[in-house]
Amino acid sequence: MSKNFRAKVINNFALNPRTFLLEIEPIEETIAPKPGQFYMIQPDSSYDPLLKRPFSYIRKSNGKIQFLCAIKGKGTRLMMNFHSNKIISMLGPFGNGYPIFKSNHISLLIAGGTGIASILSLSNEVQNKYLIYGARTRDELLLLDKIEELGDRFIVCTNDCSYGKKGMVDELLKDFISSHKDNINSIIIYACGPLPMLKAISKISAENNIKGFASLEENMACGFGACLGCAVKTKQGYQRVCKEGPVFPFKEIIW
Amino acid sequence: MNLTVEIGRLKLKNPVMSASGTFGYAEEFSDFVDLNKLGAIVVKGISIKPMEGNPPPRICETACGMLNSIGLQNVGLKKFLKEKLPYLNKLKTIIIVNILGNSISDYVKLSKTLEDSGIEAVELNVSCPNVKKGGISFGINDKMLAKLISKVRQSAQKITLITKLSPNVSNIPLFAKVAEDSGSDAISLINTIPALAIDIETWKPKLANITGGLSGPAIKPIALRMVWEAAETVKIPVIGIGGIMNAGDAIEFLLAGATAIQVGTGNFVNPGATIDILEGIEDYLKRKSINDIKGIIGGMNGKCTNNNSDN
Ligand SMILES: Cc1cc2nc3c(=O)[nH]c(=O)nc-3n(C[C@H](O)[C@H](O)[C@H](O)COP(=O)(O)OP(=O)(O)OC[C@H]3O[C@@H](n4cnc5c(N)ncnc54)[C@H](O)[C@@H]3O)c2cc1C
Ligand SMILES: Cc1cc2nc3c(=O)[nH]c(=O)nc-3n(C[C@H](O)[C@H](O)[C@H](O)COP(=O)(O)O)c2cc1C
Ligand code: FES
Repeated sequence: MSKNFRAKVINNFALNPRTFLLEIEPIEETIAPKPGQFYMIQPDSSYDPLLKRPFSYIRKSNGKIQFLCAIKGKGTRLMMNFHSNKIISMLGPFGNGYPIFKSNHISLLIAGGTGIASILSLSNEVQNKYLIYGARTRDELLLLDKIEELGDRFIVCTNDCSYGKKGMVDELLKDFISSHKDNINSIIIYACGPLPMLKAISKISAENNIKGFASLEENMACGFGACLGCAVKTKQGYQRVCKEGPVFPFKEIIW
Repeated sequence: MNLTVEIGRLKLKNPVMSASGTFGYAEEFSDFVDLNKLGAIVVKGISIKPMEGNPPPRICETACGMLNSIGLQNVGLKKFLKEKLPYLNKLKTIIIVNILGNSISDYVKLSKTLEDSGIEAVELNVSCPNVKKGGISFGINDKMLAKLISKVRQSAQKITLITKLSPNVSNIPLFAKVAEDSGSDAISLINTIPALAIDIETWKPKLANITGGLSGPAIKPIALRMVWEAAETVKIPVIGIGGIMNAGDAIEFLLAGATAIQVGTGNFVNPGATIDILEGIEDYLKRKSINDIKGIIGGMNGKCTNNNSDN
């Protein structure tokens, strides 16, 4: 069982011009991931780009692991062109993952953009759940087929009103809270998405005394706690996104 | 095959070490490598008081390299001795503690305390500002460097003393000689090279600290030149560092005159890099029918101490 392994690309296709779905299968024995954990993927074996890139997994089934990747720069542009059967080098799974509670409560999952990848890894593992998912446009709402089975427990919005409700996830969160005033104490929020979104959600949860967790991102060199490059400021000083995180309680994060 | 090399009083089972700041306190790598196989482990730099480090972003990638401005974040001497050393003591390899300070007395206290705690070797990171002298780095002023090393040497007499030279000087031979004459048992080089990257969309530096240290394959040819210059100048062992990613890179440093090498950024790209490099060096020696690692050290200059290729 190794956290440093090679994998074969099974499938890789574009979902929209800026995002692709990558499916790989480790060719060595690996460790089972927990919701909210991530892997480091090597875009290329040359030295430019040099470092591996961190990606949350969506799900692991039949030995295959899926990723949702947005094209940002050098590394993701190369990854977009991974062809089937290509052998790639990976590390992981790393990070703490989302805490899952046994008690009887409502899990409110909130995703923005590609944050849906990490949130989906959790959604398979929790019961009494709702999902709020937002993106800028219809085109950026991804993997809806994997989500729509939630039926009316799935609330979606776009900033430009091209699909679902109009607005931002934080507005939907406020609506959700006012319609669940009776059992507000049993809500636990899990959020992943752009920093401004996470910040807004954390503020609303604090105002309503709701417990919640956010999955954060920071530039990474190693992914396993050695370089101290991925530090974020928390109430307990700098903590590593790759080791103590990526999931932190809202109340620990200094925004 | 004999892979052992000597650095001061230390006898390393092979010339492959980890570089400070890229190997944590070793435990982080226990999932990836058999730590006992390494020649030595250099741990993250330790200061007397804990340091919290710089605000993020602390790292960014550049062509064939990376910039870091970690800001020397570390747990401090006390916590190191209490929480990190017990694990390190269980390993069957040599532990070298990288130390840093803002005054000569910081370095003296660190090395003396570590010597008394049974540590066999320290590596002085002299790329830190001397607060008493207006914040000039110890490593770029030959007089300050000489004084620092002599004072540490006087107080900690048993410990093997390695001075890690700054690449931020125009005259490496001068500083290598200063280190040797002031009582260093060995020198290691290079540390990262001060550098800058800018985001052209926001017009902001890519690191919160503005500048950071460049490491990785991008610096290898510079490091190799400096290691060669140092090895030509001093008699004490030189430890080569800078952009070593594979056995071929390591062998270049040995041929330039390094007695041992350290792997830094390479550990991030491949956490098994140190062991891969060690195995690659063995394969190379076999292929060349050389039965002693000393048979290639300084090979470019015809300075090999043991150049017998027939047995
Ligand atoms: C824990 C974690 C999980 C992630 N999960 C996903 C995911 O599921 N889907 C997805 O599309 N993206 C995800 N990201 C972001 C993704 O890692 C970056 O977008 C990607 O590294 C960009 O690489 P690049 O070479 O295309 O961009 P470049 O800008 O060329 O990258 C340069 C360097 O910066 C680093 N970098 C740039 N942006 C980020 C970032 N936001 N986070 C971390 N490092 C960054 C890169 O790794 C690389 O070292 C995640 C990041 C983290 C930290
Ligand atoms: C993230 C990071 C942290 C580092 N921290 C230290 C340190 O604490 N002390 C030190 O002497 N050198 C430190 N270094 C420098 C390395 O030990 C090494 O000298 C340098 O990175 C060049 O080698 P490389 O190209 O193989 O990485 C650090 C380097 C990196 C990349
Ligand atoms: S990425 Fe290296 S410590 Fe987190």
